[in-house]
Amino acid sequence: MVNTITDTPPVVAPPPVPATRTRRPRRRRLVRYLLRFVAVGYVAALVAMPVVVVTWRVIDQGWSVFWEAITAPEAIHAYKVTAQVAGCAVLINAVFGVGMAILLARYRFPGRTLLNVLIDVPISVSPIIVGLALVLAFGWTTGWFGSELQSAGIQVIFSMPGMVLATAFVSLPLVLREVLPVLEEEGIEQEQAARSLGANAPQRLWRITLPTIRWALAYGVVLTLARSVGEFGAVRVVSGDVTGQTQTLTLVVDQRAEQFEPGAYQLSVLLIAMSAICIVAISLIRPRGER
Amino acid sequence: MSAPSVRAAPTERARLGAWSGAGLGIGVLWLSVLVLLPLAAVVAKGIGPGFWDAVTSHEALTAIRLTVVSALTVAAVNAVLGTLIAHVLVRDSFWGKRFVEALIDIPFALPTIVAGLVLLALYGQHSAIGIDWFATRRGVLVALLFVTLPFVVRTVQPVLLALDPEAEEAATSLGAAPFTTFRRIVLPAIAPAIASGSALAFGRAMGEYGSVLLISGGLPRASVASQYVFGQIEDDRYAQAAAVSTVLLLISVAVLAVLGVVQQRVARRG
Repeated sequence: MVNTITDTPPVVAPPPVPATRTRRPRRRRLVRYLLRFVAVGYVAALVAMPVVVVTWRVIDQGWSVFWEAITAPEAIHAYKVTAQVAGCAVLINAVFGVGMAILLARYRFPGRTLLNVLIDVPISVSPIIVGLALVLAFGWTTGWFGSELQSAGIQVIFSMPGMVLATAFVSLPLVLREVLPVLEEEGIEQEQAARSLGANAPQRLWRITLPTIRWALAYGVVLTLARSVGEFGAVRVVSGDVTGQTQTLTLVVDQRAEQFEPGAYQLSVLLIAMSAICIVAISLIRPRGER
Repeated sequence: MSAPSVRAAPTERARLGAWSGAGLGIGVLWLSVLVLLPLAAVVAKGIGPGFWDAVTSHEALTAIRLTVVSALTVAAVNAVLGTLIAHVLVRDSFWGKRFVEALIDIPFALPTIVAGLVLLALYGQHSAIGIDWFATRRGVLVALLFVTLPFVVRTVQPVLLALDPEAEEAATSLGAAPFTTFRRIVLPAIAPAIASGSALAFGRAMGEYGSVLLISGGLPRASVASQYVFGQIEDDRYAQAAAVSTVLLLISVAVLAVLGVVQQRVARRG
């Protein structure tokens, strides 16, 4: 390694002392402004301006167009489908996330480290591959378990159960990853104290563990909800994308955008508003959880 | 609130009882049925006699190449600009900084299809500023940069915040230029965070679908691998779809493993 101190002076410190005094702060300020300009400019061009343009176009087209688009029959049906699918996925992942986090934080068992790694797999799998995987596992004619499901009369693919599975798949670790560090940080003293005072397992869970993790759980639920409502690729593969039947809100937006039907921008603004609410909720929850 | 002594050390973890054992069984079963078995079904379907033909067909190769090159570009751009943004957000203060801070989270919260639609409004045929990147690789790149924006920023930010400013102040007072201070003092400390953020961005870009869909227009010259796989599924060519999916899964796993090793080395040396 080259010595930092002997290495630098020739580059930045020319001999006349007064000159460096006036020049260096000015250059430093220039660098700071330049960095600020690049950072703000990049975020503005990539995120702020596109969102503003779409919102502006929706405002420009007027309130009645907006109202008509968001109360169209397909849109109303899509709200129900989206709410059901996202609600089920959030519930499943909240129970799975809290339960698994408790097991990983409090118990030792063979394969614990491997399990901890495998739980993160869904995050890095393409949504299209998620959909394909579910079709190849549960499709009646295409899947490993297809013939059993068909003879039992259970349709998973091209119906609600498959859409719930796809949505639960892509958002699987979100609750767990928020809850687990809090449980590990908190330790087991309070739980042991409660146990020695005679509290049974459900009482300890309800009175000690859940209050400890409540903000982390809330944070994880909001993340899961945003991800579930916004899921598109995996649901597109497993749902069959049938208008008025298995279309979630994101599928309706896609259909309207691709076929140049009116309403894509209006429904998008609705989803932008939902995302904004989620971000505000997260920013309100985060400092409380860290306190 | 919690002293280091109450931190749950591995020795404090209990053995499984009847209830916890049953819970673990249910959890592992759910993970297997939902995630592991279906992914195994993809690999099993993909690695068959037609694997090589499916993967080396012209369209498949074009899509895979575009995806890998775009994902690598996205990782590199994020490593530089994500670090720059994190640095500005931590070390600079200016009017509207909190607003910029909130904007960083939008790509995580916004549905991908909506992301594609809003980008189309600025960078598509009916662009508000006259830039038409519809059905071009540049358009695909913009969509991928949008959805991966938060990864590096959000992994580097906490590390920069926790960094002791004393070493930087010392370097500056000894006459080091801003960039020299950054390169010698700050960069070694945040390098592992940059690497892991870039790896996450790469993984996301490899599999991205929704945000790319509208801006690419579905044309072969600007279609990423996940769009190719979707097309094969729609045409009931499941073996081809599974073969290309297997390649994508393998590339992601390989790159993440390499970056994991690099990151461990950097962390150990630092």
